Amino acid sequence: MRIGLVCPYSWDVPGGVQQHVGDLADALIARGHEVSVLAPVGDGTADLPDHLVPAGRPVPVPYNGSVARLSFGPRTAARVRRWIARGDFDVLHIHEPAAPSVSLLACWAAEGPLVGTFHTANPRSRAMAAGSHALRSALEKVHARIAVSEAARRTLVEHVGGDAVLIPNGVAVRRFAAAPPLPGFPGGGGSLGFLGRLDEPRKGLAVLLEAFALLAPHRPGLRLLVAGPGDPGPALAALPAGLRGRVVLTGRLDDADKVRAYHSADLFCAPNLGGESFGIVLTEAMAAGAAILASDIPAFSAVLGGGAAGELFTTGDAADLARRAAALLDDPARRAALSRAARRAVLAYDWDTVAADIVHVYETVLHGAGTRVRTR
Amino acid sequence: MNEQVLAVLVVVGALAAALACGLYLSWRASRLHRLHQRVDRSRAGLRTALDRRRETAVRLSRALGGGHGRALAAAAAAAGPAGPDGLGGETAESALSRALRRALADPAALRAAGAAGLLPAAASAARGVHLARVFYNDAVSDTRRARRSRVVRLFRLSGGAPLPEFFEIDDLPPERPAPVPAPDTM
Repeated sequence: MRIGLVCPYSWDVPGGVQQHVGDLADALIARGHEVSVLAPVGDGTADLPDHLVPAGRPVPVPYNGSVARLSFGPRTAARVRRWIARGDFDVLHIHEPAAPSVSLLACWAAEGPLVGTFHTANPRSRAMAAGSHALRSALEKVHARIAVSEAARRTLVEHVGGDAVLIPNGVAVRRFAAAPPLPGFPGGGGSLGFLGRLDEPRKGLAVLLEAFALLAPHRPGLRLLVAGPGDPGPALAALPAGLRGRVVLTGRLDDADKVRAYHSADLFCAPNLGGESFGIVLTEAMAAGAAILASDIPAFSAVLGGGAAGELFTTGDAADLARRAAALLDDPARRAALSRAARRAVLAYDWDTVAADIVHVYETVLHGAGTRVRTR
Repeated sequence: MNEQVLAVLVVVGALAAALACGLYLSWRASRLHRLHQRVDRSRAGLRTALDRRRETAVRLSRALGGGHGRALAAAAAAAGPAGPDGLGGETAESALSRALRRALADPAALRAAGAAGLLPAAASAARGVHLARVFYNDAVSDTRRARRSRVVRLFRLSGGAPLPEFFEIDDLPPERPAPVPAPDTM
């Protein structure tokens, strides 16, 4: 199959959608398909994959609660049209079709078998609500809608109507499967791990630190590995000064060290308070075979099979987190069992499995289409 | 002189307004036409998926034999093209979903009958029906909403096209046994 993938966000900035599109492209190519990816690309990007076609320079735009780097305008629109016309695609797969960037431009320009994946889970997405009438003419050309999570599906149904099939985010299991721990970890006294933005309250670092303050006095060797970008100041301030030395901050990690971080702690904690659409951090930790203790928000409970592939604690409850963490730290056999269960459960999210399901969507759309993608 | 200019202006203005209205209506009509095409195509996709599932069920029923095999064969025979739109009856297709779930619920019996090799094909065919049905109903819901619009009704932009109907069945797939991790990921 000749497949065109459209990514609305700037390729040179790390992000969930970019990662998804890149991994999907690799998985499709590995299955023998021809793939071309269209995305905005900023300056000074050194190594772009061969199949990436730059759609123009992105501009920062406040979108969906944060600043996104998007490309829009007549010149970009002309590039999008040219790419579609030359691509001669069997299927055009547009990510975040409602994003006012190359995605929306591609919806307008193309005709034929169009597939759209919706990533956003935001009950008050102003971009989607305000534009829902104007967007409809573009979105109604999409023949098959995919949502990456139940929350993303609900956002779509509430704002635009219709329905979507659920295909989760993939994780490249092999990439996370094995790595040496970071220097000095896990250490003899036990260790807890956290990965995520430090200054975003929803990630729940404050809850984990509160639990650490309950545990640490009774466990002199216990340490906490905190990996991720952001200012740790406000969260750390609540911790007794004597314990701060046992919190190891790594700052932002590159991809290789991120994999090592998942292999570093005895117990990986995901204390998120909500607002999480899917839990990519969890699937990565599962792929690394980490023993996991996560808050029982719906997205996490779903990924962990209701507690079978990792323990759940009451969201926001530091005492519950501390109690369960203590029990798990003292029970290596239980941790090993959780690790095995996680490795088994994550295979449902492996890109091999997920890409096969997405190809199934392409085939379903093509059965009824009878035409290739063309420009209007 | 002044009256002539005014008359020309009025005529030009009216023509421009009529042209704008015409363009707008033709744009709305072409959108609606595209939606009807989408419904037709997704219905064809759904029909293909239902056919494929029925064929897989027949193959599986032959391999299984016995009570499960007979029940599955009967359910497959009852399903199939029925309605004027070429889609099977909703009740019969739901019954086939249930028969497939029962037949696939017992992996040991499948292995004993030498039918375990058909498991991936059956799971994939069931998934295909779910995908195609969601896409079809999505197209139907977009089309029905578009046809509720006042402009569309007033100017009869839908022509004589019949209002598409939703296709509602129980298409819950058979449970899949958990995949076994490959040795190199352990």
